[in-house]
Amino acid sequence: MAAKKVNTIKLKFESARNLAPAPESKSVAKIEERYELFINGKFEKPSSKKYFDTINPANEEKLSSVADANATDVNKAVVAARNAYEKVWKKTSPKERAKYIYRIARMIQERARELAVIETLDGGKPIRESRDFDVPTAANHFFYYAGWADKLEYAFPNRSPQPLGVAGQIIPWNFPLLMAAWKIAPALATGNTIVLKPAETTSLTALKLAEIIQEADLPPGVVNIITGAGSTGAAIVNHPDINKIAFTGSTDVGKIIQKAIAGSNKKATLELGGKAANIIFDDAPLDQAVEGVINGIFFNQGHVCCAGSRLFVQESVYKVVLQKLKDRIESLIVGDPLDKNTDIGAINSKQQLEVINKYLKIGQQEGAEMFQSSCAIPKKGFYCRPTIFTNVAQSNRIAQEEIFGPVLAIQTFRTEDEVIEKANNTPFGLSAGVWTDKGSKIFNMTSKIRAGVIWANTYNKFDPTSPFGGYKESGYGREGGLHGLGAYLKL
Amino acid sequence: MIIKIPDFTISPRIDQVGVEERASRFTKRSLKNETKINGLKLALNMIDLTTLEGKDTEGKVKQLCYKAMHLHDFYSGLPTVAAVCVYPSMVSVAKKALGDSGIKVASVATAFPSGQSARDVKLRDTKFAISQGADEIDMVISRGKFHQGEYNFVFDEIAAIKEACGDARLKVILETGELGSYDKVRKASDIAMYAGADFIKTSTGKISPAATMPVTLVMLEAIRDFYYKTGKKIAMKPAGGISKAKLALHYLVMLNEVLGEDWMNNEWFRFGASSLANDILMQLMKQRTGVYQSADYFSLD
Repeated sequence: MAAKKVNTIKLKFESARNLAPAPESKSVAKIEERYELFINGKFEKPSSKKYFDTINPANEEKLSSVADANATDVNKAVVAARNAYEKVWKKTSPKERAKYIYRIARMIQERARELAVIETLDGGKPIRESRDFDVPTAANHFFYYAGWADKLEYAFPNRSPQPLGVAGQIIPWNFPLLMAAWKIAPALATGNTIVLKPAETTSLTALKLAEIIQEADLPPGVVNIITGAGSTGAAIVNHPDINKIAFTGSTDVGKIIQKAIAGSNKKATLELGGKAANIIFDDAPLDQAVEGVINGIFFNQGHVCCAGSRLFVQESVYKVVLQKLKDRIESLIVGDPLDKNTDIGAINSKQQLEVINKYLKIGQQEGAEMFQSSCAIPKKGFYCRPTIFTNVAQSNRIAQEEIFGPVLAIQTFRTEDEVIEKANNTPFGLSAGVWTDKGSKIFNMTSKIRAGVIWANTYNKFDPTSPFGGYKESGYGREGGLHGLGAYLKL
Repeated sequence: MIIKIPDFTISPRIDQVGVEERASRFTKRSLKNETKINGLKLALNMIDLTTLEGKDTEGKVKQLCYKAMHLHDFYSGLPTVAAVCVYPSMVSVAKKALGDSGIKVASVATAFPSGQSARDVKLRDTKFAISQGADEIDMVISRGKFHQGEYNFVFDEIAAIKEACGDARLKVILETGELGSYDKVRKASDIAMYAGADFIKTSTGKISPAATMPVTLVMLEAIRDFYYKTGKKIAMKPAGGISKAKLALHYLVMLNEVLGEDWMNNEWFRFGASSLANDILMQLMKQRTGVYQSADYFSLD
């Protein structure tokens, strides 16, 4: 009889969610009315003469207009990058290159608050994350790769590492500044010049970075930042004078890029989608595992390629894990991204919110059971309550396809072999998580799961020294650490 | 209700890195305006105002009791503290001084703080405090036996003291600073709750480190698991080392997000502290007047 009552026990978190507003001040964020293209060290009007709006997804208000680069603009940027490579950057001593990169890192730190506020305004992520994660980690990447610039022959002993030339870099909207740092820092350290395109919904921090690069007095043309949507990206990929494509984004676009550069001399690294398995064994520290699951799927509203979007729980602890998970979800604060207490902010765009809502419907139609937080969400802006699906099978689309939102699909398992098979039974292979108190089990799991990054008893930990990248449809090539240098060098 | 006693040798594991990371997350919450003021007042109302010194006298205890009832009369509408915590020999003094104020008298017992004595001495110590009028008993567990793996001994001792308490509520002090790992804190919490504790409490205040946020988090999670399994609520008391209002607010954020609002009152949560009250008063006065007053404007009893 007592056992039945247990299932009805629920904790109450209404007051924990309703704290007095604590908004971060917007006054530090200087946003221009209009942004031009950053080519050859100057901000230039686009030859397309077209601009598009960038909005704040938290309230749908317009923030600024951003130039739309066409093929002519892309060509201008590539020519500038080529000239800078041949005439200046190739001949700049590695030590001098390092100085510029250090300078950029320090300037990011100096303007950290401004960058964090703009990242949150433009992308919808909670200020806590942009302040404590995105901006400091971006600065760290520049610091780390600055250190390598004059030590390349020690990084690759007995070889003579040479830069590739002009790198075309296309980055996604989930970590706009951080992804720019991931791409720019190693390319500069290895002596390449750059044409970078941020995503069209989140161009502002990349343009702020352009301001920093200008102020840092980097030779004109070494870094060019041009804005636009898919067609601008295509013009970069197809430009004949680009030596290397670095892309982070969806698997669909990754495939298009792969086709476009086939037969050309271009090198590429592709960091694509994921559908990571987060695995909880019955001997795991359960409360910390639940926290890791929360962090794994709700970090940045689930807009994370390595999000732990499939949860596998060993059946003997399934009930209690689910109970803890539901209570924890109820205590999450969803709302204004600029509020310092917000845990889950706004979905990046209307389009992405529609994709997520489509999957919520699909999940229910497939017979999975949906649980959402009972929290209120703002009327204006794009929001999605944190969501979990139970009663899910491998054959469900919500367990197979990348949703890229705060939606978790939960399955159970009985044995180690079973969960290894299920974890690997996906076209993706970017990341995974393992939760157990037993060291030998960790090593067994990590050697048998095919994923680029596997976290043990933690999740979503990043460091500039650690390589990141995927297997299968999650792409190829590694960014970060020594591996990240190799991707920009002839060895 | 029948509560099934689990095997304490295999109590749940705690991951140190994860617990400490989670605990630090609570400190990132930004409490403003009415949330802050309500939090400060609630924290005041949760204090067990404590004096546990060899040199305690009737005079000292009486003064402390007066402070408990009149925290800062310049600020109207303040709550009182929850309880006054003293040694058994001072219980009758405190009881008389507090009168019908509604403030409870808590007494430490069981050869506090070391607990190194025979069981019948501990029982008599407890019964003496009860006979003097204590509303609550703060006992210490036998940490030596616990480290030896004699969990049944520790369990039985708590159960025996609980029986001796009668209607008085029993707080079980784990002295987490002597336990050495979060795993052991968790194990000791489970033993105490299953043996009949009404409260679990971190520390005596005589050992450093005393209460910390991660240790308190481990204990709150143990309380949550116990509640999930049995439907029975257990109260929590971090003690020692909490002397600043800001830290007290961090603890309340943690409590609110781990156990929820049902625990947000002094029946289910206490701060064992001697100097916390004045810092909270100083913050409340600052909220009201806009400026900090010197410590000399707040009474020291």
